[in-house]
Amino acid sequence: MDYLMAFVVGGLICVIGQILMDSTKLTPAHVLVLFVTSGAILSGLGIYNKLISIGGAGATIPLPGFGHSLVQGTIQDIKQIGILGVFTGGLKATAAGISSAVLFGYIMALLFNPSRK
Amino acid sequence: MSIKKLGEQTLKYKKPPIINSYYSIVGPKEGKGPLGKYFDMVLDDDLIGQKSWEKAERKMMFDASINAIKKSKFKVTDIDFFIAGDLLNQIISSSFAAKDLQIPFLGIYGACSTFCQGLIFGSVLIDGGFANNVLVATSSHFCTAERQYRYPLELGNQRPPTSQWTVTGSGAVVLSNSGKGLKVTYSTLGKILDFGLKDPNDMGSAMAPAAAHTIIQHFKDTGFTPKDYDLIVTGDLGVIGKDIASEIISNQEYDISNVFSDCGTMIFTPSQDTHSGGSGCACSAVVSCGYIFREMEKGIFTRVLIVATGAMLSKASYLQGESIPCIANAVTIESK
Repeated sequence: MDYLMAFVVGGLICVIGQILMDSTKLTPAHVLVLFVTSGAILSGLGIYNKLISIGGAGATIPLPGFGHSLVQGTIQDIKQIGILGVFTGGLKATAAGISSAVLFGYIMALLFNPSRK
Repeated sequence: MSIKKLGEQTLKYKKPPIINSYYSIVGPKEGKGPLGKYFDMVLDDDLIGQKSWEKAERKMMFDASINAIKKSKFKVTDIDFFIAGDLLNQIISSSFAAKDLQIPFLGIYGACSTFCQGLIFGSVLIDGGFANNVLVATSSHFCTAERQYRYPLELGNQRPPTSQWTVTGSGAVVLSNSGKGLKVTYSTLGKILDFGLKDPNDMGSAMAPAAAHTIIQHFKDTGFTPKDYDLIVTGDLGVIGKDIASEIISNQEYDISNVFSDCGTMIFTPSQDTHSGGSGCACSAVVSCGYIFREMEKGIFTRVLIVATGAMLSKASYLQGESIPCIANAVTIESK
């Protein structure tokens, strides 16, 4: 059941992305930023947690999940170290994600050439 | 007194320059399209064994140019001037090709209208008695255009449904004041038109008014009507832009529906999934140098109006929220 819900929630988030790509003039960059900020806002309002409890990885893996991590990390750090946590918390929580993106992206760029579709 | 100018925007050549020779090179995708068998060279690999897409593009332009010169039976030293342009910043494909050709060089920029722009300048040099032979060339490449205008291929982005596919290819023409061949008889220079459209993924719609305006002005300046042409073909309006241009032109009481076509819709089949069709400088160039000129020599068309269309935006102007100013330049080619 967990797997099914992960599939459904993750898929629905991506369908929203595809509709935005096909029916609006938003560029991929716009959609990316929209997803991260939506996740951050929903997280701050306490709503995104509920989506995670329903969809698990289907909610944490897509980009709104990244926005959620940013916000939750910030809140955590503010609780621990005070106001400076506004600056440190987000990146601490997402450090693994960002570092692996940079590292694996770099390795792939060394190993492969881009395809022309 | 401008004795060779007709009306507001059209030139009439006194001694029409002759298309002495032409050559077209295209990438694999274009080779698999409906006009595949018309092109002089279809590449297996659009990297052509080079280290970058940019190096591949300038090699295509150089090869098209050298082969056009060979076909003309002239030597490189017989060519007085080289006029060329492309889509890349500072037209590097053209200037690097010119470096290797060592012909006096005039770089031009008209975005996707460059092919006709080049034919116009070349024809003026010849009809004006300034040159005997002029080489005109243009090129574009899907991968270099994506990197520059949209996103590098490495990002793996999706292309929206209205976007067009930049044609990978190069077309080159040798224009002369002697010999036998098709003739460039009239040219209509376009004005920049901007109707406030901002979407760089839908340039066809942005360019349609400019194409329509140049065609209408051509008729007004010359007194010709659609009946005087076997084919009126725009560069790269694509499916969407072509419909818009048709409508604007028929509102001005000219019915071109029987003879109207668009290089962007001719070069790919819908099944090749290019969304709105082909675009790029090479689109009008290779369709002309591959298909149109050949069919004219066979007698299928005797009088053609080629209207290459250009979207004159830059990455910066787009990011600054500007709309897309467009232009269309037209040349009349006759076989008799």
